[in-house]
Amino acid sequence: MSPLLQGILTVIIGVGGCIGYFWASNLVLDRVIFPAKGQDAGRNINRANAVRPWLFLLPALAALGLYLVYPVFGSFYRSLFNRSGDEFVALGNYGALFADSEFRTALFNNFLWVLFVPAAATFLGLLVAQLTDRLSWGNIAKSLIFMPMAISFVGASLIWKFVYAVDPEIGIINAIRDTLGLSALDPLQVGFWNNFFLMVILIWIQTGFAMVILSAALRGIPEETIEAAIIDGANPVQIFFKIKVPQIMGTIVVVWTTITILVLKVFDIVYTMTGGNFGTQILPSYMMEYMFRDDGRATAVAFVIMLIVLPVMVWNIAQARKEMR
Amino acid sequence: MSVSDDGIAGAKSSLSLVTNLSVIFLVVLWLIPTVGLLVSSFRDRDAISSSGWWNAPFATEQNFAAGAEGEFTQTPDGWVIEGNVFGEDGSGTVTAFGGRRAEPTAFQPGTTGELVRGRTLTMEANGDYRYVDPGEDAPRRNPTLYFGTQVPPSFSTDNYETILFSNGMDVAFINTLTVTIPATIIPILIAAFAAYALAWMDFPFRGTIIAVIVGLLVVPLQLALVPMLTFHNDIGIGQSFYGIWFAHTGFGLPLAIYLLRNYMVGLPRDIIESAKVDGATDFQVFTKIVLPLSFPALASFAIFQFLWTWNDLLVAKVFLPSNSDSWVMTVKIADDLLGSRGGDWGILAAAAFVSIAVPLIVFFTMQRYLVRGLLAGSVK
Repeated sequence: MSPLLQGILTVIIGVGGCIGYFWASNLVLDRVIFPAKGQDAGRNINRANAVRPWLFLLPALAALGLYLVYPVFGSFYRSLFNRSGDEFVALGNYGALFADSEFRTALFNNFLWVLFVPAAATFLGLLVAQLTDRLSWGNIAKSLIFMPMAISFVGASLIWKFVYAVDPEIGIINAIRDTLGLSALDPLQVGFWNNFFLMVILIWIQTGFAMVILSAALRGIPEETIEAAIIDGANPVQIFFKIKVPQIMGTIVVVWTTITILVLKVFDIVYTMTGGNFGTQILPSYMMEYMFRDDGRATAVAFVIMLIVLPVMVWNIAQARKEMR
Repeated sequence: MSVSDDGIAGAKSSLSLVTNLSVIFLVVLWLIPTVGLLVSSFRDRDAISSSGWWNAPFATEQNFAAGAEGEFTQTPDGWVIEGNVFGEDGSGTVTAFGGRRAEPTAFQPGTTGELVRGRTLTMEANGDYRYVDPGEDAPRRNPTLYFGTQVPPSFSTDNYETILFSNGMDVAFINTLTVTIPATIIPILIAAFAAYALAWMDFPFRGTIIAVIVGLLVVPLQLALVPMLTFHNDIGIGQSFYGIWFAHTGFGLPLAIYLLRNYMVGLPRDIIESAKVDGATDFQVFTKIVLPLSFPALASFAIFQFLWTWNDLLVAKVFLPSNSDSWVMTVKIADDLLGSRGGDWGILAAAAFVSIAVPLIVFFTMQRYLVRGLLAGSVK
């Protein structure tokens, strides 16, 4: 059977199964377990309504528990064992990680990514949002800058590999160097700075995301505050930095943290562009080097990523709880 | 907000000019990389390596080799062969010529070039040549002539035909589609029920569950790779399409539930309560009222999940078998084409655009929903 046919069949079975589950389980609950008739009718309705939310939640909670909650513990547990998984090595894998200079490079580079990418993408997004806010063709401009969001990291890497090509007849960077009389070089092999050339790709993709959200936030600023500032004689730069930015600070933080989380997960760009060579390794691509070869090491790296994400997670939950109150 | 609202009368025109110019600059900067690859996907390999894509609309200078045709005739000068490098019927303009592979453009047209051992080659701009060998014996082989000429710009879809019909990209395309469709539809359904319960039903631990889901939004899915692959192997589905459908469903659920719940909470309470007063069960309220009203949120999550699963490389590499029959397009490009077709930019570019065409269409036709979804997920 061709995979596509199998896929369509799965959609039908999956969708039918889901609807069937919800429909049948509700029916069974109302008719069989707690029937709304007889002497206990009133009590049974209440009981059925107490159980029903859990029927609605069950498939989602099961999938979440299995695919996201269990792996946090499963990965940590696995990371305490050796390569083949039969010998307990306690924190040995973590010790081996920190003894490996490539891991330290990856950690340091990831630190650079986390520092630089969210800052640059948020700043550029804010800039574009503010500039296009007053333009008649602003929506077209925004939609074009937003476009890279739809492109896969692999596709984007290919697009930029072309930009960075060494041959001055192919890569535009080296073509520009050529017209300036400089010799051709491979940007991906320039020590240290090649990390930033890779980050440019992610910034190129994420600026649109930051722009869309910050643009909406800018529109939401009450106009009176801006009018008052103008009457007081503030110039456009002052209005932007002293009136607008402080009012959307909450949104800026959200955008910043969202991109930070993304940065910690993206392995595609480094994998496609350099394969982690030339000192551009980061944690997610370092992990993929050990995936399928040494699961103990791979899970240890994954858990290190989790530890880095943890503060953001705690902050997110705290924010969500505050909102719900 | 228009410029006049700000009332900065004096600064208006110069400011708006600067704004326009900077936005144009940024848009061009953002488009250049994509446009470059798009243009290159329509050019052949020789054209790509002989001139940059920014020169694609112009004629390019390319070098060719042509074997002299006919036979040598003996003249007082020596053995002579004459003809035209463009052949009997062809036409063109020679910009330079030469007698050695290493120096294909050594001489200007209309001049006589000195070759080794006293031989000479004369070539006119229209391609007529005269090759003279002063030696005693007739040369055993006809000489090869080298010349440069202007080639008019040409664009073709050859790269797309190559990649689609002889490189297995068609299989990869189908595989990507196969992964994407169930992985988009099934989580929506599961999440919609859960979101309804979290938005409109009262039960203990509701707040805790919502908080946990918010926390799960940021769990790096790297953590799930090893344990879940082991789990899939244990229950017998191993690396397969079933595995990747389940995985994408699990990974997409936190965002789906979060987005849909945020939207459903905002639905008017009156409608739902009056339906319940009229005797509708929760199941009916959900399918007949909440689900149709939530269409915008369902659409925006569907777009997210579609883009994410279509563009994914990591999950596909881990949860799908690593043979070429099951490669999705991202894996095909990253693991196969970049290695085997490393220098062939026309093919690579065509492959890239085959893989990003569908997301781009979805993106530009459904941008409204995508933006709405982003805002619901982040600004709230």
